[in-house]
Amino acid sequence: MLYFGMLKDAMGSDGETMSLPDGATVELLLARHRLAETPVWRSLAVAVNREYAGRETRLHEGDEVALLPPVSGGAWVSTRPDDAAWNREDGGLR
Amino acid sequence: MRVEILDMVLPAAEVMDEIKAGADGAVCCFDGIVRNNTRGRQTLYLDYEAYREMALAQMEGLAAEAVARFGVRDVALLHRLGRLQVGESSVLIVVASAHRGQAFEACRWLIDTLKKQVPIWKKETFVDGAVWADGEPFPAELAVEGNSRA
Repeated sequence: MLYFGMLKDAMGSDGETMSLPDGATVELLLARHRLAETPVWRSLAVAVNREYAGRETRLHEGDEVALLPPVSGGAWVSTRPDDAAWNREDGGLR
Repeated sequence: MRVEILDMVLPAAEVMDEIKAGADGAVCCFDGIVRNNTRGRQTLYLDYEAYREMALAQMEGLAAEAVARFGVRDVALLHRLGRLQVGESSVLIVVASAHRGQAFEACRWLIDTLKKQVPIWKKETFVDGAVWADGEPFPAELAVEGNSRA
């Protein structure tokens, strides 16, 4: 699994391996991940072997799975917890 | 079609010159540059990173789709990674076509779609602290949760 963007900060690394039964779905991988159910989790996309994947996509030995935070379209999240003005519901500057 | 991810200054003049052909009546260019502020907060620099292999594949797909969809003759799509200072170009989109209508439309579509779909992220460092760009939520068909805000 590869981590990008602010996920690297959240996970403290740019990737790790996970063992799953052959044919396990992306949904299972997400359910077993330690960030499951956290707010950042809900905004992620998943790529399997460099293509966007859905929850039902099945995984096999050697697959490269990437967890992708939203890409740079313009909204912002601050890394400073006291920065309330930045972490607005509307996502800030478009 | 020229689609590249580079770690150095984008060769804008060269790309513009190179793309022109006899049948073109229009060359439309989008130059995405680093702004000096976000919401009034002063920017020091931006750091761009990407899932390189997937970003390149996605960009190639978008360039090909632009040609098919808008009927333009040629597309150049270049993105720079690494640390960029205020005023530097991060992305260059150049479209050549017989007529200006398609060139404008293709150019607009390419930058709008690139920003929603291509796995490139930026981290903006301000005078008073670092902030990650979260970006817009993924379109529903890409997001694994399928519940992204509009």
